[in-house]
Amino acid sequence: MATHIKRQDLAQQQCFVENPWDHLRDFTDARIGLGRAGVSVPTHHLLAFQLAHAQAQDAVHFPLDIDQLTNNLVTTGLLPSDEQPLVLQSQAVDRAMYLQRPDLGRRLDEASKALLNQQTRGRDDVYDLAIVIVDGLSSLAIQQNTQPFLAALDGLLTPPSLAKASLQEMSPKEPAEKKTALNIAPLTIVKQGRVAIGDEVGALLKAKTVLVLIGERPGLSSPDSLGLYMTWAPEVGLTDASRNCISNVRDAGLSHEDAANKLMYLLHESRRLKLSGVQLKERSEEVRLEQSEGQTNFLIA
Amino acid sequence: MNHQTRRRSEGHQFSHVLGAETYGFKNLAELMAKATPARSGDRLAGVAAASAEERAVAQMTLAEVPLKTFLNDVLVPYEDDEVTRLIIDEHDSEAFNPISHLTVGDFRNWLLSDDTTPEQLIQARMGITPEMAAAVSKLMRNQDLIMVAKKCHVTTAFRNTIGLPGHFSTRLQPNHPTDDVTGIAASMLDGLLYGSGDAVIGINPATDNVAQAIKLMTLMDDVIQKYQIPTQSCVLTHVTNTLEAIEQGAPVDLVFQSIGGTEATNSSFGFNLNVLEEAQQAALSLNRGSVGQDVMYFETGQGSALSANAHHGLDQQTCETRAYAVARKFNPLLVNTVVGFIGPEYLFDGKEIIRAGLEDHFCGKLLGVPMGCDVCYTNHAEADQNDMDNLLTLLGVAGCSFIMGIPGSDDIMLNYQTTSFHDALYARRVLDLKPAPEFEKWLADMQIFNNTTTYELSHGIPPAFSKSLLNVKGRV
Repeated sequence: MATHIKRQDLAQQQCFVENPWDHLRDFTDARIGLGRAGVSVPTHHLLAFQLAHAQAQDAVHFPLDIDQLTNNLVTTGLLPSDEQPLVLQSQAVDRAMYLQRPDLGRRLDEASKALLNQQTRGRDDVYDLAIVIVDGLSSLAIQQNTQPFLAALDGLLTPPSLAKASLQEMSPKEPAEKKTALNIAPLTIVKQGRVAIGDEVGALLKAKTVLVLIGERPGLSSPDSLGLYMTWAPEVGLTDASRNCISNVRDAGLSHEDAANKLMYLLHESRRLKLSGVQLKERSEEVRLEQSEGQTNFLIA
Repeated sequence: MNHQTRRRSEGHQFSHVLGAETYGFKNLAELMAKATPARSGDRLAGVAAASAEERAVAQMTLAEVPLKTFLNDVLVPYEDDEVTRLIIDEHDSEAFNPISHLTVGDFRNWLLSDDTTPEQLIQARMGITPEMAAAVSKLMRNQDLIMVAKKCHVTTAFRNTIGLPGHFSTRLQPNHPTDDVTGIAASMLDGLLYGSGDAVIGINPATDNVAQAIKLMTLMDDVIQKYQIPTQSCVLTHVTNTLEAIEQGAPVDLVFQSIGGTEATNSSFGFNLNVLEEAQQAALSLNRGSVGQDVMYFETGQGSALSANAHHGLDQQTCETRAYAVARKFNPLLVNTVVGFIGPEYLFDGKEIIRAGLEDHFCGKLLGVPMGCDVCYTNHAEADQNDMDNLLTLLGVAGCSFIMGIPGSDDIMLNYQTTSFHDALYARRVLDLKPAPEFEKWLADMQIFNNTTTYELSHGIPPAFSKSLLNVKGRV
């Protein structure tokens, strides 16, 4: 109790009331125990909130720095130094249009379609996987997570060679003999894109599976969250029911390694069953429930 | 009027001459849509007015439409849509009688009239259809929406009484991204010690299945029982999950469901009116309310019908208002319009969100729905805390039944910003809005508030909670 009294004395000098339960913040990222000035949020917490909101807004409105991203992939060996990614654009010409017309963010503009058609002209072979990087609602998420995620993914492939545009698939559960070579399409980067634009890219590239890396809607405490969407047999007009999603990929969320492991599992199952989406159940949900089973509620202890 | 008659031959049901220009509107749905104050969702749907002048003219034309028209000229066909059938079949012509001679424009005057009392508004309630409410709201300024909503009294009850004039409640929303028990309990404690939670303690589960729902229901029920809190709990899971939880003997206070204003919207949400009826009956059979038996909690929001491609060419506010016909059929304790959650493609900025929040609250209250509002925004909308302060204050003045309460405005599970525990206390202080009376007494008894007149909180930890806190402190 003595420590509480000290806290209060200190708080009175500071013109605000501290909450003696603020140590509960060890158990949650929620903004609990903020204390109060009268009944209002104390200044330092108010300003911390404003900063978090500013960062989330910047993540939405700052354009993706494609040169920086490309350099990053080249220097880490994930992209051949003599190869530039194909830069594509949706039908939304700017951010204001992008935010108000999700339908336009789901379709490529004419120049982008022509570029992809040119890419596949005269080719008979089919790509196994097209990786499509989309700015989405957080350029920050793409900027920060693309390289580490692709590096983690590359590490699960044998040989680890995204840069050679051909790699081998390995299920975490399968023995080494079962590895099969994957034919990877050229890397694409889409500006002002929504998730579904990956389907059009994948279809034009004639890829069996498309993997979209997209900046998710930024949360106040998570402006940098990457989303992964995988679709078997991509074509224009598919809905979310045809996709599998791995969400919240970032340093403070689902790690790049865990995300890559989940993705490899889904990719393997999808190729085996020749489908994706709701029919392809993701097994990790049940595990999470079991883990939290042992906890007790301190309020009734 | 002569001009209007002539233009009808050209395939326009409504028209209006302004100077040399004749504006035509091909049917009631188009007239309603074009009369709607500007918002991004109607532009996305391609139903908005093409110019500010066309919008103003549509409002003038709509003002001339008799209320009776809405009973014959239904916006979604009766044969195709069970929400339309509900609206038409349950229309009370006796209640409608005092206003049956009015046009939409006259209806606005009638609502604002000194002679129209709160009692008369209650009597007329079942004679007013959602489309009539939506139509008149399109002619009303924000202050009109506030003025009339304040006259519409809707009171409901379960373990406390929600919606009494001069009162205002909060939903404590202790969401956690992994449904972590300690994390949820920590947010619940924070909220209770800030006086939040009289509308409901309601969790959006991160993992949405029956087993998880039952775990969370039990968690909240344990706390409500241990501290004898006069409130109710709810897990915001699909209605069919809650039905299954009831069958398995779970402690279900309120049944939740997101609802929309067309049958096709509700199909996309995976339910129909029969399922809601079944769920209501199941919850009533548990007989868990002490003050009343209003057992349903619905959430709505402009844009949900368009998002499900189920809007039948209507504007989003008219679709939204039709959802209140669904709500009032099942005597809900709470109906919450989650106004800024859907994103800028439906409500672009603070101005549009504020307008929509006031419209939804007014229309809901006029139709007799216990309307609360999730005063909120996402980070890709052109809005900030100041916009939320404005809407919160306006809704407090309008007599809004309840708002959300989240630690520090930051929902770390749903990734959006809504009103904080602090925000609710601000509204109580500046507008003198009391919690539900049963809950207010509990706050005083538990020494959470040390002055319920000035809404002053106690310093330190109230005695009933100090032992629990010592428990958890030992674990750090």
